[in-house]
Amino acid sequence: MTDAGPGHDSEGLWRALAPQTLARLLHTYGSSQFGVCEDAVQDALLEAYVRWPASPPDDPQAWLTAAARRRYIDRVRSDRRRRDREERVALLAAPLSHDGLQSDDTLLLLQLCCHPALSRSGQVALTLRAVAGLSTQQIANAYQVPEATIAQRITRAKRRLAELGGAFTRPAGVDERMAPVLDVLYVMFTEAHHTTSGAPAHDTDLAAESIRLVRLLRAGAPESTEVAGLLALMLLTEARHPARTGAGGRLVPLDEQDRRLWDRTAVEEGLALLDAVVPGAEPGPYLLQACIAGVHAHAPDTESTDWDEVHALYTVLEHATGGRNPMITLNRIVAASMVHGPEDALALLDDLADSHPRLARLDAVRAHLLERTGRTDEAAAAYRRAIAATVNVAEQHHLRDRLRALGPEL
Amino acid sequence: MKYLILMHIDPAVLENLTEEQQQLIGEGHSQFMATTKENGEFIATQALGDPSRSKVVRSNGERPEVTDGPFVEAKEFMGGFYLLDVEDEARALELAAQIPDASIPGLALEVRPVVFSDLGDG
Repeated sequence: MTDAGPGHDSEGLWRALAPQTLARLLHTYGSSQFGVCEDAVQDALLEAYVRWPASPPDDPQAWLTAAARRRYIDRVRSDRRRRDREERVALLAAPLSHDGLQSDDTLLLLQLCCHPALSRSGQVALTLRAVAGLSTQQIANAYQVPEATIAQRITRAKRRLAELGGAFTRPAGVDERMAPVLDVLYVMFTEAHHTTSGAPAHDTDLAAESIRLVRLLRAGAPESTEVAGLLALMLLTEARHPARTGAGGRLVPLDEQDRRLWDRTAVEEGLALLDAVVPGAEPGPYLLQACIAGVHAHAPDTESTDWDEVHALYTVLEHATGGRNPMITLNRIVAASMVHGPEDALALLDDLADSHPRLARLDAVRAHLLERTGRTDEAAAAYRRAIAATVNVAEQHHLRDRLRALGPEL
Repeated sequence: MKYLILMHIDPAVLENLTEEQQQLIGEGHSQFMATTKENGEFIATQALGDPSRSKVVRSNGERPEVTDGPFVEAKEFMGGFYLLDVEDEARALELAAQIPDASIPGLALEVRPVVFSDLGDG
């Protein structure tokens, strides 16, 4: 429906209204009715598309909600005619309360779409469809899979939500409620970076969508420092985007980036967010990663980066995540190499390789450290292993460049 | 994460299958396609013609040159593939094991990650 707004310049309004309307219906009729509610909202949007140009409503949100409720009732009634009357009668008896806009509504919608019982690909597809308001075609293009595949994922996810029905209980703590949502949005964001570095440009900017969704989430849960942390992390990461791609679409890693190309507006918003929430905050994983990105954002280049601080933050992050994420340990070792030198870091890397022999990027880090110690033969062998191990084309190109730079005889 | 499952086949093995086995393989592939479509994991599948139909285009040092296929004498060759989009490698392997070829000695499935995709404009 995103392509069919009531006017060409109102796509933003259109996409803001649809999830709010869906959230209101879910509030009224319950999460087990996700599929019917979403269909009803789509019907109402279509009706608006036809009718608004001639008679624009005073309050578009109220108009859409009323229309969607009518459509919902129509659908349930016709459904009821087909099915067992007794089984369905309770649906219309649900209380029609909460007409005022709840800031919590978007959060509820996101929590449903990111329900832990759904597959990760189902969570992502449903969130982009129902909250971000993308069409299945746009989602399919973004992930380079057929539209039918995305449509099927959404159908399955909605069916699963219906099966779960009343089993969805809202956890009490705000961070507990938020954790699965943050993870889904972060996956969406990091995958966007993979596609922008490894694949051709697509119409749909998933990184921008992820940031938009975290902004929505922050409006609904302003007290959560982890939401603020994720937003800051995304802004500070996305700010580097103009400097990440070099000649011929090559990946430029952080230590080689021309930081003058970074998006200053995004950097400043990210840093301001950190200044506002960090004092006294519980050090959660996203806030800590944002703080690390913040240290990099403060430095004009790799040399002048406060690596002691980066190392300390990774150590805290490792504890905060219970040492379960070997990628964090790998990053801590990279920081350690900047503080204590590459030899010490290589010893740490051997320990990590013993427990995680197939860890992504381990050989790339090893190659880089060996290069710094002057062991070029070993570095070349490690670069070759790293090239074979990565499935990211841009990273492969980058590693081949580094291998070539070691010398022609290798 | 996308994976290509390449089906390595051997004509001698296929010739020696009973009628019943051949039918089971056909049904197994239909079932596999239905399941992966239903799961939202299916992207595409193709079965390829006999390698005796293959031509190879390769530089002879000066320009591209066309010759007969390289696999004419080979016993095993690629007969087709499934392209899937799944959660991780473990799931790709789990699915590969469900393809009927995986249960027939002499046939094999090769599972490889995809590093770049462009499916056109959909």
